[in-house]
Amino acid sequence: MKTIISSTGKKLESGFDLRFGRAEWFCLLDEETGETTFHENENKEASHGAGTKAVEKVIELGASKIISGDFGPKAKELLEKFNIQMVLLSDDSRSIADIIDRIK
Amino acid sequence: MPRRKRMRKVAAPPGFRGYKPYGNRHGSKEHVDLLYEEYEAIKLADYQLMNHQEASHLMGVSRATFARVYESARRKIARALVETREIRSVFGNASLDHSWFACEDCETRFNIPDNLTGQHCPLCKSENIHSIKEQI
Ligand SMILES: [Zn+2]
Repeated sequence: MKTIISSTGKKLESGFDLRFGRAEWFCLLDEETGETTFHENENKEASHGAGTKAVEKVIELGASKIISGDFGPKAKELLEKFNIQMVLLSDDSRSIADIIDRIK
Repeated sequence: MPRRKRMRKVAAPPGFRGYKPYGNRHGSKEHVDLLYEEYEAIKLADYQLMNHQEASHLMGVSRATFARVYESARRKIARALVETREIRSVFGNASLDHSWFACEDCETRFNIPDNLTGQHCPLCKSENIHSIKEQI
C-alpha cells in the first residue's frame, strides 16, 4: 500500500505540511518496503483547483491513503470517489520521518 | 417540536476540540461554542478564499444561509478573542457525509473508505477508535 504525506520539503527531515492542495511537496511512502520518494507539487500556486490537481497527482502516483492537515470539499469528494483514505493530523511540529516512524 | 434544520455539508471535521486563551488575568469564563458548519464557513471563505456563491454551493445551502452561518462564526471568534474565552468545537447542524473517526490513542482523525474492511487507526493501528458523531 502506498501513502502520500504532505511535506514542506523534499527530505525525510522536512516538516509535515498541513496543507494538501497547496503543499510544497508530496512524500510517497511504500508501506511494504519502507521506500520513500519525493514529488514536487507543481500546482501549489494555482489560483483555482489546486486541491483537484493534487488529487489527480495522488491517483497518478498510485497512493491509497493521504496524510495531511486539511482537505477542501472538492478534493474530498474526489478522494471518496476513488476510495482514497484521508488521514488528518493537526500537529505540524513533526517531521516526515517522525510520521513514517509512527506508521511502522 | 423544533423545526428540523437543513444539514450543512462539512468536508472534514476541525482538527481540534477547542482553543484556550493564555496570559489572560481572569480565570475560567463561559466558553464559546463554534459549530462545525461555522468552522467550515470560515475555512472556505477566509482560508480557502472562496466567494460566498461557491462556498454556499459546496456546503449545500443557500447564499443567505451561508452568509448567516459565516457571520455567526465571525462574531463568535471575535467574542472569544476580545473577551478571552475558550472556543469549543460543537457538532451543530453539520452533516459529515462520510463517516469520520477519531483514534483514542493518538487523536488522529480519518475516514474509512468503502473498500477498507479493517477498522483501526491508519497511523498507530490502534483499534480503539470511535465515530466523531458519537463523540459530540
Ligand atoms: Zn491512532
